[in-house]
Amino acid sequence: MSESLITLEHVSRTFQVKGQTIKAVDDINLSIPVGELLCLVGESGCGKTTTGRMIAGLLPTSSGRILYRGQDIATLSRVDHKIYRLGVQMVHQDPYASLNPIQTIYDTLAAPLQHHGFTRGEAETKRRVCELLEIVDLTPADDYLDKYPHQLSGGQRQRVSVARALTVHPAFIVADEAVSMVDVSIRISLLKMFTRLRDEMGVGVLLITHDLALAKYFASEGRIGVMYLGRLVEMGPSGEVVSHPQHPYTQVLLSAIPEADPDATLHKQRIELRSADMPSLLQLPSGCAFHPRCPFFLGEVCEKIVPPLERAEWGSDVACHLVNPYES
Amino acid sequence: MPEPILSVRNYSIAYQARRGQVQAVRDISFDVERGEALALIGESGSGKTTIALGLMHLLPSTARIVGGSAIYRRSPNGSAGGETEVLSLKGSNLRQFRWHECAMVFQSAQNALNPVLRISEHFVDTAKAHGYLSGARESKALRERCLQLLSLVRLDPQRVWGSFPHELSGGMRQRVLIALALLLEPQLLILDEPTTALDILTQRNIMDVLKELRQKFGFSMLFISHDLALAAELADRVATVYAGQIIEIGDVRTIFRNPGHPYTIGLIKAVPTLTSDKSTLVSVPGSPPDLIQLPTGCKFHPRCPLADERSREQEPALVEIASGHQVACWHWPEAREALKTYRKE
Repeated sequence: MSESLITLEHVSRTFQVKGQTIKAVDDINLSIPVGELLCLVGESGCGKTTTGRMIAGLLPTSSGRILYRGQDIATLSRVDHKIYRLGVQMVHQDPYASLNPIQTIYDTLAAPLQHHGFTRGEAETKRRVCELLEIVDLTPADDYLDKYPHQLSGGQRQRVSVARALTVHPAFIVADEAVSMVDVSIRISLLKMFTRLRDEMGVGVLLITHDLALAKYFASEGRIGVMYLGRLVEMGPSGEVVSHPQHPYTQVLLSAIPEADPDATLHKQRIELRSADMPSLLQLPSGCAFHPRCPFFLGEVCEKIVPPLERAEWGSDVACHLVNPYES
Repeated sequence: MPEPILSVRNYSIAYQARRGQVQAVRDISFDVERGEALALIGESGSGKTTIALGLMHLLPSTARIVGGSAIYRRSPNGSAGGETEVLSLKGSNLRQFRWHECAMVFQSAQNALNPVLRISEHFVDTAKAHGYLSGARESKALRERCLQLLSLVRLDPQRVWGSFPHELSGGMRQRVLIALALLLEPQLLILDEPTTALDILTQRNIMDVLKELRQKFGFSMLFISHDLALAAELADRVATVYAGQIIEIGDVRTIFRNPGHPYTIGLIKAVPTLTSDKSTLVSVPGSPPDLIQLPTGCKFHPRCPLADERSREQEPALVEIASGHQVACWHWPEAREALKTYRKE
């Protein structure tokens, strides 16, 4: 049984916006073992990015705690806190905004290596930079050292961002929509690179995305978590979540996905929602957040009680009164 | 057989950049048949958006239409006066063409609406600019029509009519743009990345709306996207665009089931679907070419596993390989077989 690398216990995050409170993330419980490939999927406003940022230590929780290798990150000593921050790295969505435009690729990668003392002297640094570029398939590495970000394509820039994340030997990478702004024909190669990092270096990856087909591909040996309005509504092995979705929202999402296959949508059973409009985070529905739109709405129990995330079938956890009937 | 609503021939557009001339669109020819939906699929740097902007005379000042023609036929029988050369329209004729005959729905709806105008004002503004609205009675009729259009795009008219753009979500704004495009009942609708950056359920909504509207109004559609799923759902025919050229064109099923060009094959095999098998997915190696310094011969050759001497020296023209299916590739007969093996990992 592999040790849990990162654990979220009742993690919530609220934001104050113009005097109003938004609960972006609500009571998330999650355990990520070492070397896992995991996807968090959901639509905009569901809290997946906020969750990713809390995991990476970029945002504190409002309540609940996050454990890194068993220790609460909020109470770590300075030394341990640094280990945590180096251990969990983030790769952002926009390859055009995440690299310093006036630094060469060499500069961008050398800086963290030298700052954290991973290499000493130019020769050693250059050797390590070239190694990292090779790991992310930017070869021949020498060609890239003196280039500036604007001379690289979006996909190449993302590889540099990943190389930068790898400079500090992370145990885990949070990739927030890291392939969404990259041409479709090369997304797969970027995701394969992440898989190789896991296979060869044991680095776990959390891919945050709204693209379920991509999630299924990426996390095929791992898990998919579906989020809705700040809550985790389903979490299970990737293949099962996609072929046997249990939460009504997951079912709706899967039935709605446009597919790159002219016959696929013809044969899909469309599930109709009770209401087309997504509720605002400022006015979260009571009880189950999905109940106003849920095609399987049961009545009072869905309106009043927040369904807990509990083990259902096929190894998945589901937060739904229909799937896991409420017993008072 | 009615004539196509739009016939584009030998269309070329270049931009002037500091480093040199960007050959964004190179000698493109295609038809949009009456009532059909044609998808132009391409990735960054393919020239697809430039094609659309050129037709609407919305190119930036650094761009020149180097050559070609785009004939628009309003009525199906090609009756006299029914043919217009779009590329040479000016003044009031251009204004008549734009929005009455051909309307465009732009990418990133968030930036296409005026933030200080209410949705109602957008509609009224558009109507006025195109010569409508001179009296109170027309004003009322216009309002009725607009509210009806908003319902047709599945928006709550009362909620949306008086709102400012920032009060609406991205998906709602996109639907407003579609309604606005239909205001003057155009025969041809051009859409540029209509569902990019939208959530799954919103995308689904927009696609369903477009299907319903096409059924109801019977307009022809030219849409431009990198999204294969959009093409698979909405298009009757699909053309793949690469380095400013159409390199393959055919009906949607043929393109997805039996593509001929290595790039099209690569593209389809690079995009995961819920049902696709993981082991058959592989990216297209390399990157799109520099449009200022294009490679010699076939522009795809640097990334193509089938490239040979001929590919490097001669650019292949579009050739009909089956009824209605054209491919620009010297190696199309071997492409499918060769790429099946190439794809195995």
